Amino acid sequence: MSDQFDPRIVAFVCNWCTYTAADNAGVGRMEQPPNVDIIRVMCSGRIEPAFILKAFALGADGVIVSGCHPPGDCHYSSGNFKTFRRMPLVEQLLAQFGIEKERFHWGWISGAEAVKWAQLTHEFTERIRALGPLNWSRQLEDKEGDGHL
Amino acid sequence: MAQNGKLKLGLYWAASCGGCEIAVVELREKILLLDEAAEILFWPVAMDFKVKDVEAMPDGHLDVCLFNGAIRTSENEHMAHLLRRKSKVLVAFGSCAYEGCIPGLANFFEKSAILRRVYLEVPTVENPEGIIPQPVTPVPEGEIEIPRFYNTVKTLGQVTDVDYFVPGCPPQPHQIWAVVEAILSGGLPPKGSVVGANEKTVCDECKRIREEKRIKKFYRYHEIIPDAERCLLEQGIICAGPATRGGCGALCPTVNQPCRGCYGPPPNVLDQGAALLSAVASVADADTEEEAARIVGEILDPAGTFYRFGLPASTLHRARM
Repeated sequence: MSDQFDPRIVAFVCNWCTYTAADNAGVGRMEQPPNVDIIRVMCSGRIEPAFILKAFALGADGVIVSGCHPPGDCHYSSGNFKTFRRMPLVEQLLAQFGIEKERFHWGWISGAEAVKWAQLTHEFTERIRALGPLNWSRQLEDKEGDGHL
Repeated sequence: MAQNGKLKLGLYWAASCGGCEIAVVELREKILLLDEAAEILFWPVAMDFKVKDVEAMPDGHLDVCLFNGAIRTSENEHMAHLLRRKSKVLVAFGSCAYEGCIPGLANFFEKSAILRRVYLEVPTVENPEGIIPQPVTPVPEGEIEIPRFYNTVKTLGQVTDVDYFVPGCPPQPHQIWAVVEAILSGGLPPKGSVVGANEKTVCDECKRIREEKRIKKFYRYHEIIPDAERCLLEQGIICAGPATRGGCGALCPTVNQPCRGCYGPPPNVLDQGAALLSAVASVADADTEEEAARIVGEILDPAGTFYRFGLPASTLHRARM
């Protein structure tokens, strides 16, 4: 094992499109980094912003949200509309909390895009590796003693 | 209980504005009933007790302590620990003690930036020598110590064990009275409960007419004259009602002001800000990604708006240091 930083990445993916793509990528023996932990939900519209914040708070270095292509691919016809209404605001929110925008990716991968999924996991893992650890739990460590301006 | 059978009560304020104290006085004539039932042994804002009086009490001497205010300085934390020790029941009273409230918004900044702004940059401050208060200052007579200013505002529950939480900025008098009655009758729910509030959202108490929420543009409050009857969120005003615990009686929407979220998250909601973000963004009437990005992109300061009262208690607690 090398000493390089191994990021922990949480991917929230919808059951019908992106999870199928990830599954196909595995069945197709496509090489993928082991850093991405997939959490399958029924629809990307089910992914509450709180899930993303909790992932970061509990130690994720990066988070992926992926669902079915809009407008027409959603299994529930408009769940992905909720996703694209919320995620730009989540991006703004994370920026205000000082979390680099590169640590959060959201987008669409259909069941037929296994190659795209494999590519995303590679690219995203390398991107986070370059950024380094987020270590959110250290935020609450007491630092008040030092540096009183 | 005191020898005269009265409840031994303490009230304290840490990092707060004094509004919670006003809310207690807002009990009006009922404060006489409170005085009949309880002996107040500590209440710095209204009565002449000193910290040494509290230190002299045996542990667990106070039956109930209503503690308002967030933990901002080492003194706040010291008093939190002291009053925890001296009280049988410690109540985080009001939004600051419960979830951080407005003082908690400072968690979007670092201590150094706050002190620089307050003591050096504010236009009305005259400080040519650029003096910043220090925890210890040498003077001819010796050393003067002031409390340390923490980098992060914390809730009462983050520094000590809390028995009950009373939300609200400030808690509404009728709710305070309900809590007092519950204490006196021994009818308090299990430890750790939120008391003096409801189990549903502010929307549940709001009388406004709700139809369909399809928002093409979000407005800041001064940019629009809202219809007095219709749901404010439906009119494009960000109202925290859907993500806020009820109990106030929808006080703000009743007077044509959007709910700001001071009663904190409803039961089973982990993160009020994220829940409000979700509720607000979902009603954007956009069928394309570009349109959605434009509509929600116009919301100014989303983090400050969605976490106005609960940043320290939220999932992320503060902005990155």
